[in-house]
Amino acid sequence: MTSLTRVIGEACHQHIIELNQVSFAYQDQQVISGLNLVVKERDFVGIIGSNGAGKTTLLKMIVGLLRPTHGEIMLFGQPVRSFRDWERIGYVPQKNAFNPLFPATVQEVVLSGLYSNKKIFKRVHQEDRRKLAEAMEVMHISDLASKRIGQLSGGQQQRVFLARALINQPDLLILDEPTVGIDAQTQADFFDLIFHMHAHHQMTFLMVSHDIEMIEGKLGKEPRDTYGSIKFYARHSHEQDCVIPGLQHSIL
Amino acid sequence: MEIITADFFQRALAGGLLIGLTAPLIGIFLVLRRLSMIGDTLAHVTIAGVALGFLTGVYPIGMGIIFAVLASFAIEKLRKAYKGYAELSIAVIMAGGVALASLFFTLGMGYNNDVVGYLFGSIYTLDMTDLYVVGAVTVLVAVTVFIFFKELFLLSFEEDAAAVSGLPVKLLNMIITVMTALVISTAIKIVGALLVSALLTIPAACSLIIARSFKQSVVFSVIIAEIAVVAGLVIAGVWNLAPGATIVLLLIAMLILTLVGKRGFTT
Repeated sequence: MTSLTRVIGEACHQHIIELNQVSFAYQDQQVISGLNLVVKERDFVGIIGSNGAGKTTLLKMIVGLLRPTHGEIMLFGQPVRSFRDWERIGYVPQKNAFNPLFPATVQEVVLSGLYSNKKIFKRVHQEDRRKLAEAMEVMHISDLASKRIGQLSGGQQQRVFLARALINQPDLLILDEPTVGIDAQTQADFFDLIFHMHAHHQMTFLMVSHDIEMIEGKLGKEPRDTYGSIKFYARHSHEQDCVIPGLQHSIL
Repeated sequence: MEIITADFFQRALAGGLLIGLTAPLIGIFLVLRRLSMIGDTLAHVTIAGVALGFLTGVYPIGMGIIFAVLASFAIEKLRKAYKGYAELSIAVIMAGGVALASLFFTLGMGYNNDVVGYLFGSIYTLDMTDLYVVGAVTVLVAVTVFIFFKELFLLSFEEDAAAVSGLPVKLLNMIITVMTALVISTAIKIVGALLVSALLTIPAACSLIIARSFKQSVVFSVIIAEIAVVAGLVIAGVWNLAPGATIVLLLIAMLILTLVGKRGFTT
């Protein structure tokens, strides 16, 4: 029995993201120094911090866009530098990350979620089209498929980016201030959707946000950890779900 | 009208058709990545290379290509050094190109007429060597864009997302830059260094307004460029006008028509 529990514990608490003593300096300015962070499987981690606190730097280091000056970052147990399984990560950018005049349709944007390092030199085939249709269906944007992305409302655009992030059925979803510039009701709907997904799917979430009320409301008032002015809030999805599929009944 | 059947005119038409494909194909990515001005800069640097080519007796377009590629690497380096003020790199390299070009001009007084041809274009002097070079560049650019089409799309749409998908962002950026240098250095004999960026950017500017998708915008910009090149060459040939200038003015006319037409649709 003890060995079984240990196996379950390991399966459930795999470290999805791990930062060991990570530092980052931009030119002479130290932005982050000696930061440790562990995001476990099925965690929902919310990061709050004032402007210039290093949230964006942190996120960029985690996805390999910036290299830490010191320390080590692991994704799914592999160092970021040699990490290759990028299709396991879905990414939802800030709303203003693209130009609204950009002539891309909703389906072109959603489909681009499949264009990973492993897809280079490969054409888009039938299976990809099926995934595209499914992702758009789930986010209720199928009827917008051939609209230009700039013609949509902020909330619709966010669902497009969420569909793009989900098209690979990722294990980790990273959201960078996903609701900046969107009206309050649409924001609330968006967060409900995200937390619903966390409760019902085997996914880990990392979200940077400026919306303290929403984060505290969803993840609890006590931050799990603080670093300078950055606060980490976290919630783990229900412990009873935390079992290897198929073994659940034999345990209960 | 007999000019149209002349050998030099046929070569001009062939060269024009090839550049009419490559220039907008690269141009659309430059425009979408807000690098419209890079065309002008590389063109000025290419002129310095061309001038040095005349001075040293080396194939001018070949020397122009080398200069343009080196300058494109220098721009990338400077862009990183002045992050957030990226246009500074473009200004610096442009000034350097013009300075070098005028230095080489004054050193080789006798060649000035030939060099002027590269400033304003001299498509009628296109020889078979030029055509082979333009042809090789066209094949290279068309194949590269075809192979990396979806990656270049994601890179242009959202560079961060491309990086998070594990795409080799630096390599793709480098590919775009080098291809830009190749296209510009081969295009300047056709429309001229002072006008080459028009052929890169105006077709994209038109298609941004009318295209309903990214694929369409690429196709439209190529079609628009080809129409302008063919019509421009024929009009210039028949009425004895400057070919490069005619092509560019036609492009601008098409842009105005697109803008007016679009307004007509929406209101």
